[in-house]
Amino acid sequence: MSATAGESEEFAVRDVINRTLGEEMERDDRVYIQGIDVSGRGGTSNILKGLDDRFGTDRVRNTPISEVSMVGSALGAAATGMRPVVEVMYCGFLGVAGDQLLNQVAKMRYMFGGELDLPMVIRTKNVMGANAAAQHSQALHHWLAAIPGLKVVCTSTPADTKGLLKAAVRSDDPVMVFEHGGVYNRKAPVPTEDYQYEIGKAAIERRGEDVTVVATQNQLWNALEAAERLASDGISVEVVNPRTISPLDTETIVESARKTGRCVVVDDTPLSYGTQSQLSAVISEGAFWDLDLPVKRLGVDNVPIPFSPTLEDEIIPGTDEIVDEILDLA
Amino acid sequence: MSSQGERSEEIADQERIDMLRTMVRIREFESVVQNKFADAEIPGFLHLYIGQEAIATGVCQALTERDYLTSTHRGHGHCIARGLDTDKMAAELYGKETGYCNGKGGSMHIADVNAGMLGANGIVAGGIPIATGAALSAKMRDTDEVAVSFFGDGALSEGAFHESFNQAGIWELPLLGIIENNQYGEMTGLEEHHPPSALDDLTIYGEPYGVTRIQVDGMDVEAVYEATLDAVDQARNGGGPSLIECVGYRFEGHHEGDSQFYRPDGELEEWKQRDPLSTYPEKLIGEGVLTEDGYAEIEAEIEAEIEDAIEFARNSDYPDPQQAYEGVFSDGGEQA
Ligand SMILES: Cc1ncc(C[n+]2csc(CCOP(=O)(O)OP(=O)(O)O)c2C)c(N)n1
Repeated sequence: MSATAGESEEFAVRDVINRTLGEEMERDDRVYIQGIDVSGRGGTSNILKGLDDRFGTDRVRNTPISEVSMVGSALGAAATGMRPVVEVMYCGFLGVAGDQLLNQVAKMRYMFGGELDLPMVIRTKNVMGANAAAQHSQALHHWLAAIPGLKVVCTSTPADTKGLLKAAVRSDDPVMVFEHGGVYNRKAPVPTEDYQYEIGKAAIERRGEDVTVVATQNQLWNALEAAERLASDGISVEVVNPRTISPLDTETIVESARKTGRCVVVDDTPLSYGTQSQLSAVISEGAFWDLDLPVKRLGVDNVPIPFSPTLEDEIIPGTDEIVDEILDLA
Repeated sequence: MSSQGERSEEIADQERIDMLRTMVRIREFESVVQNKFADAEIPGFLHLYIGQEAIATGVCQALTERDYLTSTHRGHGHCIARGLDTDKMAAELYGKETGYCNGKGGSMHIADVNAGMLGANGIVAGGIPIATGAALSAKMRDTDEVAVSFFGDGALSEGAFHESFNQAGIWELPLLGIIENNQYGEMTGLEEHHPPSALDDLTIYGEPYGVTRIQVDGMDVEAVYEATLDAVDQARNGGGPSLIECVGYRFEGHHEGDSQFYRPDGELEEWKQRDPLSTYPEKLIGEGVLTEDGYAEIEAEIEAEIEDAIEFARNSDYPDPQQAYEGVFSDGGEQA
């Protein structure tokens, strides 16, 4: 994985989240966490475990089951001098906090004339392949990325989780951090130094010449696996990690597309109106004369995520599908 | 309203035995699926209702087939008490096409709209507005149907609860909210979910909405039954909504796999003394409504029923992958 040069240590994504938030809370005592069972259990995926012991339950605060006030009170606190980090257990529950997100968090700074800092982070997770059925399984980053006024990042690797989370906590704007249940246990080296990845900057995770794959979260891991598999067949695949989808680093993505002339975009959002459409449009606009073939889109089929394993497997793309799309283009 | 005292003498022996059977069926179903989940036969999450059987049973005993209910993530007990078929429930838990939702819903989403069961729900408080709508519809269609929403003590913190009961209060809807106070919301106790002034009586949340407020022992199926009968009577006769708090305890973790680190020593054992699956059979046997042998027969019969349900689930087919695309819209059409 691309990362800053220097020393690194191997960690799983889940541990990186815990350590990074711990570092940020140590650095700045205005940073606090709120959410359901964040102390004690350590949040829904136990990721925050132990932070309550280190920082106390004043800064690692259990909220009642009240998404509206969880998100809205973070906004109020951010507007008045604190730097909240909210955990919303599953991204579907963002729906409960709908007004606060769409009409309040996203619009407050702008409507008030652009002077107000709103340093708040909302962490939530996309879930796929967990047989949890439609309310607990979905990816929704495209939904919030469609709202001007919100920054939306998608974490994928241990290194980008650290760099992006630090940037999010230190940002003076509201940042939605979408994690992914399928990558929490993925391990890779993480630079030990204190660093931030710019929000709005993509990364080339693997260099290649023949085909570009733009992929997020677990699909990034699948894309890297696909690239590895195809390398032995002599197909050289470039893999781009957008890191943030709003704002989107069109430059890096378009540059890669112009180099290879062939692109697959893949993500866990539904195919219709998912991020794939935006990525594909950006590539087509920026690299039209260099494209050999139209951009291929891969995503979840346009149905709510079903419970049964046979049904769920059917609608979520994986490494095999990415390989097929690449072969179609190559 | 008729008084509760009058009623308790009226509970017929057969009704009492029916309620016991329902509780045994819930307990047996849950204990078996708990094991099957541990054996990794059942995918997804599992939230068990063990310990709370008296609540679903007492409430549903007071309803008729024409009433509606909405349930929660902890919904197996509500489904069984409503009379849903354990074969089809088990099949749904296994993700098979013979399940109530053809494998699309799983444990947290079992529904049988034809039976008035408008769904378990993975969203805390998600069912309350839906029940409110069913109550509104009952009123607008000029029927005497009522709608019952089961929800946990944690759900009282959600806006959906307050908005629904406000609406129901203003419109005097035939809505019953059943607060299942099992002492916890996920892994934190009641006191982290509610202010001190609400802890002793969670129905206080209904006060501004003008609902009738009742608190009952959720380990006592007859008390729950009687309280619900009164509230149903009132709702059917145009008297508006009620909130019933059933005070009980969750014997298992929030979901299977929960280490239960948060449970104080001895608390579970203390509540188990009041396990309705021991106290109620003892009571019925003590009062001569049932014999020891009669009870053993009920247990054996239900054990066999649940065993069959699991076999049915196991032997059923997984849905054909193509079925993933069916059922999104009424015309069968797909989203482009
Ligand atoms: C809107 C929403 N927020 C959070 C959750 C996660 N969650 C599932 S069950 C639960 C606890 C519910 O507690 P309570 O209402 O008391 O019901 P109990 O589990 O005790 O039966 C939580 C927080 C959810 N499913 N939906």
